[in-house]
Amino acid sequence: MTVNALEIKNLKKTYGNSFEALKGISFNVEQGDFIALLGANGAGKSTTIGIICSLVNKTAGQVSVFGHSIDSELEAAKRCIGLVPQEFNFSQFETCHQIIVNQAGYYGLAKKVAIQRTEEVLKLLSLWDKRHERSFDLSGGMKRRLMIARALVHNPRILILDEPTAGVDIEIRRSMWQFLRELNAKGTTIVLTTHYLEEAEQLCRNIAIIKQGEIIENTSMKDLISRLDIETFVLDVDKMPQEFPCINNVCFKKRDESSIEIEVPKEVALNEVFSWLTERGINVLSMRNKSNRLEALFVQLTEEE
Amino acid sequence: MSLFDKQSLIALKSIVSKEISRYFRIWIQTLLPPAITMSLYFVIFGQLIGSRVGMIEGISYMEYITPGIIMMSVITNSYSNVVSSFFSAKFQRSIEEMLVSPVPTLYILMGYVLGGVSRGILTGVIVTLVASQFVEIDIFNWGVLIFVVILTSMLFATAGLVNAVFARKFDDISIVPTFILTPLTYLGGVFYSIKMLPEFWQTVSLANPILYMVNAFRYGFSGISDINIIHALLLIGVFIISLLTLAYYLLAKGIGIRS
Repeated sequence: MTVNALEIKNLKKTYGNSFEALKGISFNVEQGDFIALLGANGAGKSTTIGIICSLVNKTAGQVSVFGHSIDSELEAAKRCIGLVPQEFNFSQFETCHQIIVNQAGYYGLAKKVAIQRTEEVLKLLSLWDKRHERSFDLSGGMKRRLMIARALVHNPRILILDEPTAGVDIEIRRSMWQFLRELNAKGTTIVLTTHYLEEAEQLCRNIAIIKQGEIIENTSMKDLISRLDIETFVLDVDKMPQEFPCINNVCFKKRDESSIEIEVPKEVALNEVFSWLTERGINVLSMRNKSNRLEALFVQLTEEE
Repeated sequence: MSLFDKQSLIALKSIVSKEISRYFRIWIQTLLPPAITMSLYFVIFGQLIGSRVGMIEGISYMEYITPGIIMMSVITNSYSNVVSSFFSAKFQRSIEEMLVSPVPTLYILMGYVLGGVSRGILTGVIVTLVASQFVEIDIFNWGVLIFVVILTSMLFATAGLVNAVFARKFDDISIVPTFILTPLTYLGGVFYSIKMLPEFWQTVSLANPILYMVNAFRYGFSGISDINIIHALLLIGVFIISLLTLAYYLLAKGIGIRS
């Protein structure tokens, strides 16, 4: 039987101020998976990651990484993990090269290997030209990439990313997505937390949602998306219809002077909508989802009492 | 990683070399000030005032204060290196780089302490070189001298780490040096022999641990001490073991560094 990359059983965390951040969560991550760990601010995502990476002391429960319990085989468990934290957490006064070489040293890589791996990961993340610059002088996007490079220097089997694309522009975000897809395709298990639900939908195969310290959903992305009963589309049109009827449960609504919204139940085909518009000489110039599908579900799940 | 495997030793070496490169990178703040400050001590207390004081215990005042001034710089620098470096790592959260990696807690402790010891000894050497411009340096017992300087810098480096673990803001790392370390150092027999004090104050002075270190070092330097050298070494040893145990406990429990 293949061992799971991550096994979390009845994990609890109560902080000193009696705040119960985790109320006994359990979930597994298979080897090679790309899973999104989602939740609102304060839901318990970073606490969970902190416990896995031994930055937070747990109150109760078990965590094992590739079969290594963090209670009895902490160092072996740590060796499997690469962490990209939410906040920048490197020395602002060291160069990119020093930061990565030092991190390699902490994992016990001999100097020669450490320097070689540093070159590899800095080139992989397009930071080789910046190797002699202090981290303080890097742009936000470069700092994010530096943290990914640092997390990869010891070739971890599981990469945990806590909001890795927060505050970076769309171009860098998309290049990071591509990078993470390739990394996952090569066999690295990835756990991603993000507030960009489009990102989670684009990248992840599975999803776990935490709400107030409890897992409220743990399933495949495909399964979750399929639960969406109604999708809302925005159609940009060259002229407005005279009326806004409901046809076969699809209701039209004026959005502005050049676009209309339609709410489509998942069992209804869109052909009739287009036919109705074509009959009235209205051309559809473009069409898009009003909101991200996962976002609609996420809001629905996390707002339910 | 187990304690004595190659990977742990590489990790330890990485921490120590990071610490050393840190204080070399900011040498204007770390290595230059003791040279300047101690030169002023030698000029003002040694040459100007010392010439009027005369001899103490059969040697000139300048020769008498030299070991104390060297020890003062060793104490201050080994302490301040670790307290500022560790607190800065906490503040910038770069301490997490070590916490997520498989470095044994003992090696994190040893790495910081050895970094502090190296700076303490290096500034001690710098101040000795400065002192050699003012007095003739003739070491009485190299063994005691080296042993005491290593133990003392180790003790204060560890104390600096304990301070940094509890510190929550930058003010907290200057409270101990300002209000405890400096007064104890000045009252620790750097500039005078406790035999010059009234009997009551001699007894009070014996409660000052720095008195033992300064005198043990002075013994190695010039063969003069107000304190029994064995008592001094035993006391330093007890302090080191106590502080190392405390520091290890704090790091292992994650106090001040883990939620």
